[in-house]
Amino acid sequence: MNWPFILPEIIIAVSAVIIILADLAKPNRWLSSVLALAGITAAAVFTFAGDYSQPASVFNGMLTIDGWSQFLRLLLLAVSLGVLAVSIEYYRKLEYTWAEFHALSLFALAGMMLMSSAADLVSAFIAIEITAISFFVMVGMLKDARSSEASLKMMLIGGIASAIMLYGMALVFGSTAGTRLNEISLAIGGMSNPSAGLLLGMLLLLAGLLFEAAAVPFHMWAPDAYEGAPTPITLYLSAASKIAGIAIIARVFTTAFSQPQNLSADWGVVAAVISALTMTLGNILALSQTNIKRLLAYSGIAHTGYMLIGISVIGLSQGSAGQANLLFYMAAFALAELSVFSMVIVITRYLKTDEISGFAGLSRRSPRMFALLCVGLFSLTGLPPTAGFMAKLFIFTGAVNHGLLWLIIIAVLNTVISAYYYLKIIKVMWMDEPAGSGEIRPGTPAGMVAFISAAGIILLGIAPYMLLKLAEGSLLSLP
Amino acid sequence: MNNIPEQLIWMIPGLPLAAFVALFILVRSLKIRSNLNGYLAIAATAASFALSLWVAAGLFNAPAEHGITGFEWLNLGGILVIELGLTINPLTGIMLVVVTLVSLLVQIYSLGYMHGSKSLNRYFAFISLFTFAMLGLVMADNLLIMFMCWELVGLCSYLLIGFWYHRPAAAQAARKAFFITRIGDFGFLAAILLLFTSAGTLNVNDIHAAAIAGAVSSTVITWAALGIFMGAMGKSAQFPLHTWLPDAMEGPTPVSALIHAATMVASGVFLVGRMYPLFELSPTALSTVATIGAVTALFAGTIALVMHDIKKVLAYSTISQLGYMMLGLGLGDVAIALFHLFTHAFFKALLFMGAGSVNHSTGTFDMRKMGGLARLMPWTCATFVIGSLSLSGIWPLAGFFSKEEILNSALSNQPVLFAMALLTAFMTAFYMFRVVFLTFGGEYQSRLKPHESGKVMIIPMLVLAVLAVSAGWLNLTGRLTTILGHGHEQSWIYGFLGIFTHPLAWISLAVAGSGIFLAWAMYQKRWLSARKVAWTFRSAYTVFFHKYWIDELYEKYIGARLFNNGLFNLFNRFDAVVIDGTVNDVAGLNLKSSKAIRTLQNGRLTQYGLVFLFGIAAIALLVIFTG
Repeated sequence: MNWPFILPEIIIAVSAVIIILADLAKPNRWLSSVLALAGITAAAVFTFAGDYSQPASVFNGMLTIDGWSQFLRLLLLAVSLGVLAVSIEYYRKLEYTWAEFHALSLFALAGMMLMSSAADLVSAFIAIEITAISFFVMVGMLKDARSSEASLKMMLIGGIASAIMLYGMALVFGSTAGTRLNEISLAIGGMSNPSAGLLLGMLLLLAGLLFEAAAVPFHMWAPDAYEGAPTPITLYLSAASKIAGIAIIARVFTTAFSQPQNLSADWGVVAAVISALTMTLGNILALSQTNIKRLLAYSGIAHTGYMLIGISVIGLSQGSAGQANLLFYMAAFALAELSVFSMVIVITRYLKTDEISGFAGLSRRSPRMFALLCVGLFSLTGLPPTAGFMAKLFIFTGAVNHGLLWLIIIAVLNTVISAYYYLKIIKVMWMDEPAGSGEIRPGTPAGMVAFISAAGIILLGIAPYMLLKLAEGSLLSLP
Repeated sequence: MNNIPEQLIWMIPGLPLAAFVALFILVRSLKIRSNLNGYLAIAATAASFALSLWVAAGLFNAPAEHGITGFEWLNLGGILVIELGLTINPLTGIMLVVVTLVSLLVQIYSLGYMHGSKSLNRYFAFISLFTFAMLGLVMADNLLIMFMCWELVGLCSYLLIGFWYHRPAAAQAARKAFFITRIGDFGFLAAILLLFTSAGTLNVNDIHAAAIAGAVSSTVITWAALGIFMGAMGKSAQFPLHTWLPDAMEGPTPVSALIHAATMVASGVFLVGRMYPLFELSPTALSTVATIGAVTALFAGTIALVMHDIKKVLAYSTISQLGYMMLGLGLGDVAIALFHLFTHAFFKALLFMGAGSVNHSTGTFDMRKMGGLARLMPWTCATFVIGSLSLSGIWPLAGFFSKEEILNSALSNQPVLFAMALLTAFMTAFYMFRVVFLTFGGEYQSRLKPHESGKVMIIPMLVLAVLAVSAGWLNLTGRLTTILGHGHEQSWIYGFLGIFTHPLAWISLAVAGSGIFLAWAMYQKRWLSARKVAWTFRSAYTVFFHKYWIDELYEKYIGARLFNNGLFNLFNRFDAVVIDGTVNDVAGLNLKSSKAIRTLQNGRLTQYGLVFLFGIAAIALLVIFTG
């Protein structure tokens, strides 16, 4: 057995268990943080040092570890590190569940990392559920009415999604007699024409997976959950869970359903249509939000739409293009979310309100935080010279090359709409009179996260090839 | 090329950039003592200079073209691929030495001149950024990177002219420089787009190859060359885009020496030289360059005759000399133009430093308030006289040799332009020695007690003085012009003395000598009253003194009437009614729909589930109908 290949996941899961046990013996705020940090660092080291030149099969083909896994593992580890660092600002509110919060974050992380490597419908399902259940609990961790409601809603809708996904998996299994993704692909290759059952199963599977990524019309849980959850969890949901959701769609569909051509084009077109709906609805709904967390939830939905353009390109090209651009987009999006959310967490904690109007005059109260927040918002909008601009540029040009001009026109119009609400936040911070006086200062960890991610955004905006080359070397291994 | 590792070549522009980043980000937040900033920038430039010298020495012995592949910076689906690479050839080699050396000396000089000034950190950061951008411009192997660096040097020029931004004149001058050069940049950008669409590449060497192979039509080449020249006219302050340079003298004097005398303003000449294969294919473009150059040389020379401000005289002199270089380019020779650029960089930077030194001790640039400084500031006086002799073209100083080449070339090609150039040479000698005698001769006119500047300012001036004397000797054997592509090698004895076998040398010396003599007679001996001469030629004097009313023409008529009241007004209305109207309506519609759809998200779980299921049904229908 190739167990060293899943050493990073093992390390993360073991650290989570240790955190719980340590907390049972002697609760200590810093011990939890240090253990989580150590676990993530160790996992990152092993991920970084591993040999990914050849795809490796683990657990009799339940998982495939390849360059794609490595890229996403590193990205998810980095995001988790950022989330845990920023959540130190949130300690007061999570005081009594501090260790559980860290342990669950790590469990979710392990689940998401497995999602990036799942090569079997069963392992995919298990990975998704590990992630989802950890998140249900964490969303409800504030234990107030909103938080509990959000958690319950997410769990119930998540239950529906899981049921639908399982039904889809069952139909796929029924049509192909296999759960391994490459076996499914082989079986479909042997068919003269994909059966209606297979097609339906594929769509139900797609619907279930799109739930995780919060794509329209499976997105309705997201704004409520984002608003009710503790803000670091909102960040985690938005930056990590969304990426893992998109990543598993890419792997499952590319590996299992990219042959024959018309089947691949089917889900490519579905992804394109959903992408158009998702970004349009996300952006339009974001326009009228006054709560920063809800606004960012809708903004995140819109970005799911942009990422689905990448999925659509993968589908239309039968997995031969679009993967590197998608990975780049994920990284750029994660950086922007980290930079924006870390500052939003600091500000909303200080002001005790999530309303955007509270941000008034921030440019005068804390010019540095304002600058960092602006970098993140510019990147989300897609203005040069930020990573967000380059990410959109790559995704859009890739799509145009695959005949998706209509989708790109919609996407560009959407970018314009999104500029309105992103810039509105900046306008409030820049032009409106401050409600109070006194400088708002971030703690060192949150400040570091914001600074590093802002620096990364600018760096990737100026020299995108540093990362894109890496992404191009991290493509999915096809059967 | 002496086998210099490529990494070291990357460090030539890299070091000043690193200094900029360090000064701008790190030092700013760490609040380190301001003097250290200067040393950091100087160290970076010095290392860069050493490397440049190494590169140039290698090229001097074995001229060749070296491409240094960098990395792919942007690749948009294979349609637009932009690679970041460097080119090293004799042309860039010479520019590297000029840029790094002058930058280094100016920064050392600045330690003295700017001493006690506020925000020195910002000053040295911008100078480092400028040095980086200038080196990038020189070394870039593709037009886009070149254009970016081109804009970046323009930005640095803007920032440094307006360094004392609290002075309205400085802020105004900075804006003017930015706008006027932008007109030229428009032409450059248009030329880049034109070349990209017709040649399909942005790489300079590939464009040349395509043009020479006939893959680009001659009309396109002519328009592209003219567009490039338009960019060069803006940067090199050629008539009629020259008005910003005299105003740019509001900036600190070391900045004038570096940016507005030696390097950035010469980058227009460099650009034309870099794109020369295109110009060679277009006689129209070449004759335009030559004519504009000669006209500018003469025109700016006449204005320099009557200015009272020492820096303004030098500024018009710079415009005039840049015109000379353009004339050299237009006559079909990169080598002689670049040779003049090379020598001019040293003596003109020296003259600016001299003017700065005078200003440092007297507190004024107005020559009417000076006089008699020869005794009080002997070093400044001596170096200034050397610079003036060199600029006037007196044998055996640097200016003589480079000017001689241009005059020689004009004589054999274009007699009319030759006559203009010769007249300019006469005026150059006259106005420079007018400055010398008014500033250093006669009696001191003011009550302040002037003193010689400190060593840190004098030493860079001495270095430049040595170069102002000797830089021309590099070409005694014809080596410099030969590696630049046009020239023939000869023995150094012939180059040094044999030049007098040609009558032109005597003519140009006589012309320069008579200019100096006239200045001596008018301003030192006062045999001729300057006032009377001005009165005799009062109509010409008035025209010159008002700089041909070009500033007034631009500001009052073209700027205020044509643009502000006419065009802009029209655009403004179009903007308000059509564009804003559309935008507002679309935005209103979006907001309305946003509020309408929002009611769907009402928090009722059953409804969420229903949407979920309907969504799946809709997707299934979509697949059935499309698939």
